[in-house]
Amino acid sequence: MSATEAREPPMRLTATGWTLVALAAAVALLVVASLSGLIAKGHPLDTLFVDPFRQMVDAPDLLVQTIWEGLVSGVLYALIALGFVLIFKASGVFNFAQGIMVVFAALTLVGLHEMGVPALLALVLAVGVMFVLAVGVERFVLRPLVNQPDIILFMATFGITYVLIGLGELVFGGNPKQMIDEQLFLPKGAIELKMLGGFVSLQKIDIAAAVIAAAMIAALAFFFQHTRIGRALRAVADSHKAALSVGISLNQIWVIVWFTAGVVALVTGIMWGARSDVSFALSTIALKALPVLILGGFTSVPGAIVGGLIIGVGEKIGEFYWGPLVGGGIESWLAYFIALAFLLFRPQGLFGEKIIERI
Amino acid sequence: MFYREAGQYKTSYAADMAIFPLLQDRIGIAVILAVLFVGVPLFASEFLISTVMIPTLVFSLAAIGLNVLTGYTGLISLGTGAFMGVGAYACYKLTTYFPGVNIIVWIVASGFFSAAVGVVFGLPSLRIKGFYLAVATLAAQFFLQWCFVRVPWLYNYNASGAIEVPLRTLFGLPVTGPNATPEARYLVLLSIVVGLTWFASNLVHGRVGRSWMAVRDMDIAAELMGIRLLPTKLLAFAVSSFYAGVAGAAMMFLWYGGGEANDAFNINQSFLILFMVIIGGLGSLIGSFFGAAFISILPTVLKFGLPAMGVPLGGATAEHITYLVVGGLIIFFLVVEPHGLARLWQIGKQKLRIWPFPY
Repeated sequence: MSATEAREPPMRLTATGWTLVALAAAVALLVVASLSGLIAKGHPLDTLFVDPFRQMVDAPDLLVQTIWEGLVSGVLYALIALGFVLIFKASGVFNFAQGIMVVFAALTLVGLHEMGVPALLALVLAVGVMFVLAVGVERFVLRPLVNQPDIILFMATFGITYVLIGLGELVFGGNPKQMIDEQLFLPKGAIELKMLGGFVSLQKIDIAAAVIAAAMIAALAFFFQHTRIGRALRAVADSHKAALSVGISLNQIWVIVWFTAGVVALVTGIMWGARSDVSFALSTIALKALPVLILGGFTSVPGAIVGGLIIGVGEKIGEFYWGPLVGGGIESWLAYFIALAFLLFRPQGLFGEKIIERI
Repeated sequence: MFYREAGQYKTSYAADMAIFPLLQDRIGIAVILAVLFVGVPLFASEFLISTVMIPTLVFSLAAIGLNVLTGYTGLISLGTGAFMGVGAYACYKLTTYFPGVNIIVWIVASGFFSAAVGVVFGLPSLRIKGFYLAVATLAAQFFLQWCFVRVPWLYNYNASGAIEVPLRTLFGLPVTGPNATPEARYLVLLSIVVGLTWFASNLVHGRVGRSWMAVRDMDIAAELMGIRLLPTKLLAFAVSSFYAGVAGAAMMFLWYGGGEANDAFNINQSFLILFMVIIGGLGSLIGSFFGAAFISILPTVLKFGLPAMGVPLGGATAEHITYLVVGGLIIFFLVVEPHGLARLWQIGKQKLRIWPFPY
């Protein structure tokens, strides 16, 4: 055996490994200290780290209710993130306007109905408007800006945001509107479930949202995997140049992708609108989709869904059990910190493509 | 014809590396400074000073800050508005604790507090890159904004929850508070901006600036060349937040004269400043001024331009059309000149050099 032969390196922990070990040790210490009565009730450490869990165990029905609400808002975050991922994959554009597209689509639908168009026809027309929007964006924004740095395209979508806000309010007025959920055959009311020594109330519209979201994701998956256009879309996502060289029209693909994102936005808009009013105040929810994206990875559809659920549940649980300790309202930033915590271990998101850098 | 470098020999290294190598440039900058320091306070109306000049100066300071981070170091940040807020609150706390110290000292010193906060939120930039980082900086934006509202200590437990700017004097003249004339506020602000621009110019042209640009162009290559990424990136975050903080303090004390933080330092402010940097030109100090001037003048122009086009002033319609126009202009400028106004300025200078000949 020669001395130069490679030897098995000794076991070593990486930096993230040590962080995990430290975290586990801290948790173990807390549990032991709390069980042995070292940290009494009312001790700051107890209020911060032990008491919320005690509450969860004491009132499991509340926990289930919180998790359910988290899952529902998670589904809706995931839908916004989904529209975003579609565009980012196919055109590499960080589409800041996705949240506004959600509101714009919902506003078009409701606004048309207010003008006297029957609900289902308004739905079709709204889809048509999203198509026109996709063509317009491709023609006036993407095509002239092709090959520009990412940040320029990002800024351009910021311009689209402004245009959509101005246009939507100019045509349909700025005051909040009611979503036409009854005309679209969406269920109303709630189901009360008796479980775990309490009641858990499930809004029917939330169940419908989850079902519709699942159906749409399944349809999109089928579209991407088994149709000619879907294959072309995946080719473009892989490499613009290679796709061009086999005769795929980038312009056409971009229109299709923005249109798909527009339809996703319309569905999201209907769901969000049914839960609250339709107005541009809703666009702040778009900012909630951003942590979902970095958590799941910009390029991953499953990532958007899993990320959305994690963020939704984490946010609701955090707000419900820890929020009161610091004065509430932590929903606005908690999602970002959850996502950041995940990013420290996986910088490209949970399902993002591994970033390989070469010199 | 008059803008020629013929006959201007550079006989030393210092002359060769000068920022204004041409005599005409030096005369030009002297004339501009003379006009700004003497001409504007003497001849410009109060309206012009307080609605155009002061906002331009405040925004250019913030834009220089973001340009250091985004234009020179290549790290996208969407938290500028919050860092400005940190500066404003730091200045407020400092001047209430130490009312005897000159307010200008505190406006500049508040930048250091902002810089410290910026370094903390810059830490993820080592692991996270590109748009992932941009979204991660939103954590700073939302968390700090939440602090501004929920931590009453920051606004001295005021009933209004806003910063109340006290009266402070310089050489016996009031420079902040309700009695300060626009001219006095303008001159103080101008002095701060000129001083800090000079500092920034030296920074980006020196060793520090070069290491920033190396990191921007490719951070792995920069690391291999011996640039330590951690100090370089964090320094960029610190300097950037310093400028943003001073801009925020100046905004509150010399422009707004007090106000609610959520209005002044929200996410839209961050986007607006990013837009200034991009429309002005990434990696260009003069571009920061152009971008800031563009954004500050635009609302005034629209306010007087829209009635001229037949749109009634005030009312919702004008506001919606303003949105439309701003959005359209953003896209238009990005399409026409993605490198920003600074590039147009360069082209203009090049043309002037050979004028009246075409080439």
